[in-house]
Amino acid sequence: MRPPVYLDHAATTPVAPEVLAAMLPYFSAQFGNPSSIHRWGQQAEHAMYAARQQLAAGLNCSPDEIFFTGGGSESDNLALRGAALAAQAAGRGRHLITTAVEHHAVLHTAQQLRDHFDFDLTLLAVDAHACVSAQQLADAIRPDTVLVSLMLANNEVGSLQPVAELAAVARAHGVLFHTDAVQAASQLELDVQALGVDLLSLGAHKFYGPKGVGALYVRRGTQMLAVQTGGSQEHGLRAGTQNVPLIAGMAAALQLVLQRRAPGKPHLGQLRGRLVAGVPQPGPERRASRPPPQRPPNHASFVFREVDGNALLMRLDLEGVAASSGSACKTGDPRPSSVLLAMGAQPDWARGSLRLSVGRATTAADVDYAVQTVERCVAALRK
Amino acid sequence: MTSAAADKRANAGTRVVIAMSGGVDSSVAAALLVEQGYDVIGLMLRLWSDAPASAAHGGHNKCCAPDAIIEARAIAGQLAIPFYVVDAQQIFREQVVQFFLDGYSAGTTPNPCLECNRHIRWTFLLNEALSLGAQYLATGHFARVQQLPASWQLLRGTDAAKDQSYVLSVLNQQQLAHAMFPVGAYTKAEVRELARGFGLPVHSRRDSQDLCFLPDGDYRPFLQQHAPAALKPGAITDSSGRQVGVHAGLPLYTIGQRKGLRLAGPEPQYVVAMDAATNTLCVGPRTALESTRLRAERVNWVAGTVPAAAFQAQVQIRAHGTPAAARIMPEGSDEATVEFEAAVQSATPGQAAVFYAGAEVLGGGVIAP
Repeated sequence: MRPPVYLDHAATTPVAPEVLAAMLPYFSAQFGNPSSIHRWGQQAEHAMYAARQQLAAGLNCSPDEIFFTGGGSESDNLALRGAALAAQAAGRGRHLITTAVEHHAVLHTAQQLRDHFDFDLTLLAVDAHACVSAQQLADAIRPDTVLVSLMLANNEVGSLQPVAELAAVARAHGVLFHTDAVQAASQLELDVQALGVDLLSLGAHKFYGPKGVGALYVRRGTQMLAVQTGGSQEHGLRAGTQNVPLIAGMAAALQLVLQRRAPGKPHLGQLRGRLVAGVPQPGPERRASRPPPQRPPNHASFVFREVDGNALLMRLDLEGVAASSGSACKTGDPRPSSVLLAMGAQPDWARGSLRLSVGRATTAADVDYAVQTVERCVAALRK
Repeated sequence: MTSAAADKRANAGTRVVIAMSGGVDSSVAAALLVEQGYDVIGLMLRLWSDAPASAAHGGHNKCCAPDAIIEARAIAGQLAIPFYVVDAQQIFREQVVQFFLDGYSAGTTPNPCLECNRHIRWTFLLNEALSLGAQYLATGHFARVQQLPASWQLLRGTDAAKDQSYVLSVLNQQQLAHAMFPVGAYTKAEVRELARGFGLPVHSRRDSQDLCFLPDGDYRPFLQQHAPAALKPGAITDSSGRQVGVHAGLPLYTIGQRKGLRLAGPEPQYVVAMDAATNTLCVGPRTALESTRLRAERVNWVAGTVPAAAFQAQVQIRAHGTPAAARIMPEGSDEATVEFEAAVQSATPGQAAVFYAGAEVLGGGVIAP
């Protein structure tokens, strides 16, 4: 049998060899605590300083605007709670704006702030591409609005929100703007000045870095309340000894992303095109999930009417294609994808979503095999 | 080459789905299949539960509670086989839970485990297995399948105390052709020994006889919620038809029950029958519980053909009961009258009467009211 094909890079990516090499010295040889005064501590602090520089360069910001966290979800939590609770403490307001298609790290945090911390929450309606317009946002902003959070690239269907345009609206109203860029980071340029955002979340394992480490960009001057209190690490915003090897790995991974984003590297976009051309013929039974005008070049998503995403993923896995679905659940309790429902899909479509995301090691032959296998498995499920 | 190695090679191209519960029996079954060289896939059914899904530690059928899924997944990981959880919530609700509610509403004591085997494991899950390219569905039941030149026999498990052939008496030839019971030839003690040898967890958490879809094992609040009409109070009458008391709803009683009837009188009285049409609970002396004859409905003949004539067999009328000698007279395609040589105690409408010839399951049906 053919070796299995991994087409779930939107879920996670392998650690690149260069990244692994960049991490290894800091586990045992240079194991110091970056807060310590002695030379061990100084070595570790220097490694972390270099990493902060590299991330800042990648995002076009200052190193003191980069805060290390334990991953993308933690970055989202810190962004929302930190900004919302600081605003509430200062009496600046208690209204939040986001959408129903955000990653749960944002959506569930916003809902908790609403349900337990006395915030009002507006969930903007999204269009058939999972996007919101500048006008919608402008209409939703109130005098007491303190934070808008809209993701850059949707993790399930890949849509790109017009973040620069939306952030400009927020700025014009004096409202903070956060974007979850976790899914976008491997593919898109993340210039926080061009985007005009105040807060931006990253998670390293989506771009060939290690799991368990992320970063939050916080524009200088943004009032934040610490969520995890303790020591003065990360300017007191995120207490706890920093994970130096993983931070070094994240910085190395971002360097690789920047190198590969150089001109003349349309590799993943071509593979994605091959995938989309192969699978979805527009028709009553299947389609690309209303391909948004813009999406990350590695990401393709489809919906198949009256096909159970769980059943499809299981068959694909047995046939050697690793994929994912917005409606699937490892504990066998599939629900229609809430993202597709918010985009206006009918429930008989919203159970049958499929996400295929290519990566650096993906070949054209892998894509062709996946296309055939998807066809075969969908046909088998329709029988 | 040893014969085990030859078998292993012969089995390599044969895909088998093992229904895993996280318990020791299905785990050992999976390990045996892997050892025998099969291409093994572990599946677990996600079944319907009455508990709200929002409950932090509830919301789960006991057969697929989060800890059971974690354990089954861990065992699949240890055996290096793929493992998936398959959603069967809706069909389980429609086929098994509804049957349970309807049975109680009709004044019987339904056995949902048989319906689960009939509709869920050996229809829904078997179809799922076949559609995944498997030739066999295996379970951790204590029972055996024996292939004859042109047919399959269902046999009791080797361990008489653990035998589960009673709940498998609904199987037909097509299902048996695709059935494997890898632990059926072992005793429970041997299964535990095998588990130790395979390095699998030996403890079994779920020896409970409670119904899997009831959050706290008590069916009464469940009926109150889902079939309130079945819980109307009514008359208790004695063998002469005279009212001697009031019952709180027929499903709250079982045939043979003596306690909790709150009847005055010199002789102990037992529940001997229920009449859903008149909502009457009939009581009588202990001797009234005895019967020498019953009718079985929805009879499944395992061999696929109705016996041409009446025959002698051993008949078991409850899941862990002692079989009794009887004469069975088939009627039509799926009914039979059973005449016992000696009276049996508390034959309960809704439970199964299963017919055996030695270890072989010949068939079985549901005891009629």
